[in-house]
Amino acid sequence: MAAPETVMFEEEFARINRICDRLRSDANAQVVFIVDKNGQLIAASGDTEHLDTTSLASLTAGNVAATGGIAKLLKEKEFATQFHEGEKANIHIQIVGQRVILVVIFDQRSSLGLVRLRVRKASDELNKVFDTLVAKARQPGAVKVLEEITDEDIENLFNE
Amino acid sequence: MSFINYSSREINCKIVYYGPGLCGKTTNLKYIFANTAPDAKGKMISLATETDRTLFFDFLPLSLGQIQGFRTRFHLYTVPGQVFYNASRKLILKGVDGVVFVADSQIDRMEANIESLDNLRENLADQGYDLDRIPYVIQYNKRDLPDIAPVEEMRALLNTKGVPDFEAEATNGRGVFATLKAIAKLVFMELKRSRGG
Repeated sequence: MAAPETVMFEEEFARINRICDRLRSDANAQVVFIVDKNGQLIAASGDTEHLDTTSLASLTAGNVAATGGIAKLLKEKEFATQFHEGEKANIHIQIVGQRVILVVIFDQRSSLGLVRLRVRKASDELNKVFDTLVAKARQPGAVKVLEEITDEDIENLFNE
Repeated sequence: MSFINYSSREINCKIVYYGPGLCGKTTNLKYIFANTAPDAKGKMISLATETDRTLFFDFLPLSLGQIQGFRTRFHLYTVPGQVFYNASRKLILKGVDGVVFVADSQIDRMEANIESLDNLRENLADQGYDLDRIPYVIQYNKRDLPDIAPVEEMRALLNTKGVPDFEAEATNGRGVFATLKAIAKLVFMELKRSRGG
């Protein structure tokens, strides 16, 4: 009954990280990160040490969900792109393949036009990786960790 | 919808605290936040109005122990309880792995409890979930207040399916962690079951 889980494997994680790294450098951005629509951070690239990426991920997904709600009321499928301009930092939010959110944070060293252009290219590449991930996760035995959970494991969760 | 990351060896799950306005959802999260070791929690975010009513959601990321070498992380969310925020409540239920229904034990809030529970069922159905088939627990909160309904009565009204339920006083923490533990266990049991384990 519960929705199928999102699964990330090492190979695809490396590919996604490479796409994020390249996007950050091509777009001259400070930080690039990817969030699933439920607010889980999937990958991040750039100077994230001073950033609370968990909170950013949750708030971005909330923002996208709220905007999606507005779209629905206006009988639009979605508003796939959002842009917020600040005094120093700007944030570009793009829904990729209706499933994940690609976020680019940049300053005056880049421009909205450049970010848009590079995001488009990265989105196509990301879509391919996520297609592979979905297919892989569906294979029987793909998510062994869940099958192997014991009742004892669950009990012990709270005893540590 | 849980997120299993083989690369960082993490299992992430989403739990939503639901219930009528002022039943103590945010208070539950605040107590958990205040009583969890600093390295096991992230920042608590509250998107609230100027009068401290939840506007969109509260959010608290929490780490529990390990399972099969994977770190378990829970994202706890609350919904805004006030009736007119229904559009927001619906959004927050997206991708939920487990639900805690926080009921207000005060007699004059029984109608609000029932209304909110019906609303939960409807909003879940809109997202393709069936409340009877997802990890779900009930908390009877505010047991420390006067003019409260007996637990048996609340159970008959709100817990006809006999899901795990707990008495609580979220302001002083009684029952808060028992509720959280119960829902976390149910979420993992469901994850295991969903993969035929």
